[in-house]
Amino acid sequence: MTRYIGRRLLSSIPTLVLISMVVFGILALAPGDPLGQFAANPDIPPEVRMNIRHQLGLDQSVPIRYVKWATSFLHGDWGYSFASRVPVDRLILQRLPTDLWVVGSSYLVAVCLAIPIGVLSAVKQYSLFDQLATTFAFIGFSLPTFFTGVLFIIVFSVRLRWLPFIYNVQVTDPVVMVKQALMPVGVLALFNSAALVRFVRSSMLDNVGQDYVRTARAKGLAHRKVIIRHVLRNGLIPVVTLLALGLPAVFVGAVITEQIFRVPGIGSLLIASIQNSDTPVVMAITFVYAILVVLFNIVADVAYGLLDPRIRYG
Amino acid sequence: MASARPDRVAGVSAATASRTVVASRPRPARTMWGDAWRRFRRHRLAMAGGAVFLLLVVGTLVGPVVYHVGINTIDFHASMAPPSAAHPLGTNDLGQDMLARVLYGGRISIAVGIAAMLMSVTVGTLVGAISGFFGRTTDHVLMRITDVFISLPSLPLLLLVIYLYRDMLARTFGPQFGIFWLIVGVIGGLNWMPTARLVRAGFLAVKEKEFMEAARSLGVGTLSQIFRHILPNVLSPVIVSATLSVGSAIIAESTLSFLGLGFPPDIPTWGRLLNDAQNYLDMAPHMAIFPGLMICLAVLSINYVGDGLRDALDPRRLL
Repeated sequence: MTRYIGRRLLSSIPTLVLISMVVFGILALAPGDPLGQFAANPDIPPEVRMNIRHQLGLDQSVPIRYVKWATSFLHGDWGYSFASRVPVDRLILQRLPTDLWVVGSSYLVAVCLAIPIGVLSAVKQYSLFDQLATTFAFIGFSLPTFFTGVLFIIVFSVRLRWLPFIYNVQVTDPVVMVKQALMPVGVLALFNSAALVRFVRSSMLDNVGQDYVRTARAKGLAHRKVIIRHVLRNGLIPVVTLLALGLPAVFVGAVITEQIFRVPGIGSLLIASIQNSDTPVVMAITFVYAILVVLFNIVADVAYGLLDPRIRYG
Repeated sequence: MASARPDRVAGVSAATASRTVVASRPRPARTMWGDAWRRFRRHRLAMAGGAVFLLLVVGTLVGPVVYHVGINTIDFHASMAPPSAAHPLGTNDLGQDMLARVLYGGRISIAVGIAAMLMSVTVGTLVGAISGFFGRTTDHVLMRITDVFISLPSLPLLLLVIYLYRDMLARTFGPQFGIFWLIVGVIGGLNWMPTARLVRAGFLAVKEKEFMEAARSLGVGTLSQIFRHILPNVLSPVIVSATLSVGSAIIAESTLSFLGLGFPPDIPTWGRLLNDAQNYLDMAPHMAIFPGLMICLAVLSINYVGDGLRDALDPRRLL
């Protein structure tokens, strides 16, 4: 197992190097100037502008800049934001708690909703509950989060005036903190749980027909026990894998919801940085997302091996 | 694994049953596509989805021709008017007619969806076919590339590429045309990987079948082997994923436009209309609800069609 993990980690290095090259290349070869604001400002004389470019290393060729970026990234130096002149890693760490609170709790809510609904739906296949649940899941994962978000604002903020629609980090009152998180968490939870319900249901259905279930029933186990002790335990193995695989996507996907409710998370930092041509921040966030995707791929595979003794890694 | 057995049993009994029917009463030959269509028709929600999507396509194509209201006619007297007889879907902050804008925007949103799907399916099928057919180093290299693309964080990249490159493309190819192809290219270019994997898996399975051995021994050329003999056999899952990818491409374009990083303000795609509506949610919720509903209707209907196709094209299912 350790050898397997080691091999996977090693083989992910070239993937990550390639990804960083792609992202860096896109940023470096873009027609716009990363110093757009300076370039547009007529008060800055050309010599000063050249000096700034030189200080930031922008007058060097792209491959050299890439190597410099990569070595300093590995040393933990992620550069400074052009826009706010704060180290990039500190900027990201500032946003992390909000992200973990909003996006993390939405994923938790989604899982807590999806597993019971999916299991019940599979156990009572073709019942009214199953039909309602599958329809809900189908609609939930077809609706884009930007529309459900806007709809939530219209209903709960504009019409009913129950919830604030702008997220404020300065708030310390726990009641307000929960209230302002309700809508973004709700939107994300709805979307993520819908996809999960479908998956839990089909995974359970795959197991309900297995021989070992018949054996369990034949030896006289109660229906409830068969489902919970036998089917659920096996049916959840692929679900755990999916949960690990989906985690990075949940954080990346939250970009839109954060934008709607003005949640100051990493996603909205990314969008603001893209619009400000804040290259170091964009590069760092995009690459961190890529690392998360690759890492959780490995986590998912390892979890699968740990949970399912039929899977053997050579 | 276990579900395969009941299926096979059902398949055998159904096959013997149909043989007796054919013997007693001759009927026109059943084709694979005919069977699929019959199964699809039984799927009521998929049929409804197909009808709704067709209605949307026809509506957006014919609508602006029949409904003679300019999408850019500004009328400040009727700013943010709720739906009425004069403006069936109301007006926006500039008094522009929402129905005209929703209809016109739908053309672009749907066109982006279909074009991006065509692109991702073409690239995915080519990569998967080459990878699966030739194997060895080609396969290895192509699959490594696919892995890298799958690990790319697609939403940030989408935003990034379009933000950085749209001005350049708008200058060289004109604002509408350049941005259209940029968006289609980026969405398609970040979406071909699942298709490639499906096609490759299909090729690996079909390549070793006896009829392929027969084809090879008869001296059938490489291209003919790929396109005439193997590809039609792996088409079913590709069609399903292609259908579903139209929906996800529409969502991707709407997301971009919603974040203000897609089409420019004068091209009212559905996502762009939602973006415009964001600041007037308290005064004019209809500005958000109608374009949003259109996106949902389009995506939902496509997903139901995809779901129906998945069932209809599965030859193990005998209805």
